[in-house]
Amino acid sequence: MTATAAPSPLKKTMRDAFIEEVLKAMDAGENIFFLSADFGAPALDQVRERHPNKFINVGIAEQNLINVATGLALEGITVYAYAIAPFITMRCYEQIRVNVAILSQLRPMNINLVGVGAGFSYEVSGPTHHCLEDISIMRTLPNFEVISPADFITAGQLFKYTLGNKSPKYLRFDAKPMPMVHESIGADDLKCGFKEMSRGGKTCLVSTGVLTHRALEVKKHFESKGQEIGIIDMIKLKGFDSDKILTLLKRYEKVITLEEGFIGKGGLDAAMASLILESGAPLKMRAMGLKDQYHFHMATRESLHKKNNLDVESIAKEAI
Amino acid sequence: MTAAPNILPKSGDPGFAAYLQQKAQWIRLSTIEIHQAARETRVASSLSICEILAALYYGRVLNFDPKKSLWEGRDRFVVSKGHGSISMYPVLADLGFFDKSELKKICTEGSILGGIPDPIVPGFETINGSLGHGVGVGVGMALALKRAMKKEQVFVLAGDGEMHEGAVWEAIMFAGHHKLDNYNLIIDKNTKCMLNIANQVINLDPLDRKLSDFGFHVEKVNGHDAGAVHSTLSNLKVLHSNRPKAIICDTLKGKGVPKLENTPHCHIVALTNEEIADAIARLKK
Repeated sequence: MTATAAPSPLKKTMRDAFIEEVLKAMDAGENIFFLSADFGAPALDQVRERHPNKFINVGIAEQNLINVATGLALEGITVYAYAIAPFITMRCYEQIRVNVAILSQLRPMNINLVGVGAGFSYEVSGPTHHCLEDISIMRTLPNFEVISPADFITAGQLFKYTLGNKSPKYLRFDAKPMPMVHESIGADDLKCGFKEMSRGGKTCLVSTGVLTHRALEVKKHFESKGQEIGIIDMIKLKGFDSDKILTLLKRYEKVITLEEGFIGKGGLDAAMASLILESGAPLKMRAMGLKDQYHFHMATRESLHKKNNLDVESIAKEAI
Repeated sequence: MTAAPNILPKSGDPGFAAYLQQKAQWIRLSTIEIHQAARETRVASSLSICEILAALYYGRVLNFDPKKSLWEGRDRFVVSKGHGSISMYPVLADLGFFDKSELKKICTEGSILGGIPDPIVPGFETINGSLGHGVGVGVGMALALKRAMKKEQVFVLAGDGEMHEGAVWEAIMFAGHHKLDNYNLIIDKNTKCMLNIANQVINLDPLDRKLSDFGFHVEKVNGHDAGAVHSTLSNLKVLHSNRPKAIICDTLKGKGVPKLENTPHCHIVALTNEEIADAIARLKK
């Protein structure tokens, strides 16, 4: 008797999917430098081995990471600066503001800040590693795009987008291997900055990153009751096509934003709220995300979500 | 504005040092005239770098093309000490980076010339209104040029005060580690921060030993001897010792204006009409 086990859903990290594409482009001779603040990834080993002149570990020195990245980018190089998400945004925010956001308005640069560890990715490492402020503080910078993929498929496709668009970008990657939510992501999806995953019902969940996975669970919950719900996965949190998304949202009565970040301070919720407000559309909106506090007690990501009403049940209650 | 002196001796001529000194004096005079037009400008820290600018630009230590400020073959000159660099304005205007008529418009509506220069002004590479950034951005440029095996070099002008910033030392460590011998750090050691003598705020000395321990080749020079600054910079430019290079220029903040020279917190001092008239008269002598 032969038994074929059901294939377990493929899980992969966003960083590996992305760096594999970086490696291909470096192999093909693209003018790329990859800088790391002493932070690795399985896929990065080959970059280091095959391109020792273009892989630079700056050490645990995020301020210099940004400064060196700026100098390289001013010389026409496409730069990927790579570190843990809270540190590549907040440890060197001044350098990002002055040398990347301000300077790029006068001197165009292709700088890509690749931060790994969105939200509670590093749940047991405590509040220094919980990255909950980055969406709002990066969104406030002119000239920056803020990009937050939900799976490794999107992350892999994003590489080409970053190479082809000469501007500063912040990529917010989850640290955990996760299954795919998109069969494919095309150039059009990346250009408009979101992907509609489900349409129907009176409520639309507008989610980003890991919480798009949660949104899909909420959809299943409603489907089991024969009900529908809309889902839009936000790939870009700044730089998305507002007219296009507004057209989609106007089909609904209520919008719920889902983000693994603080709410009420300029995150995905603010992006949607200002859009809805300016449009005058008769839409209710509810922001769901992190409460205004840090978390010290050890907890699983699931449990942290539950404490912040980001579990299926709490979201479903809001969606009714 | 006072016109720039016009004689053009060549490097190596017996009169070259005197020529550069004369240029430096003219830069100083023009800086005070700019301050006269816009008192918001930081005049004191702009006066300590006049000989350095004379050596770099009129001594042709730097390769540049005023008509194509971002010409690929230029040496990159990063003015990290953004606050005290309005003395760049008359130099760049005189050399033709932008029209001299702009000088009169400084700090007025629509002008490209602000109290702190930005790269909206042709001839400036980076943003330096916030201190301590140029040292690191210059290191990135030097790395790019070196890895591309290009001959252009990077010159960064930093103030000693901004060396209190930690990121400056991250960059210095990096330059030493990567043996960036196309990187030249010029330190305007005018010894003063905003509130006090820099070394009384946080002691930087022995700065030469610190830099050399971080892997730099270090030279020290009297920053108000234009000929000495020029010959040291010229020698450094052709020196390839597998080490980044630093030149510590001992200078006086507010050089040429007694009131500024003698005031520890001269950084934010704006001169009165009488003081400006007096300074101009002295410098024209």
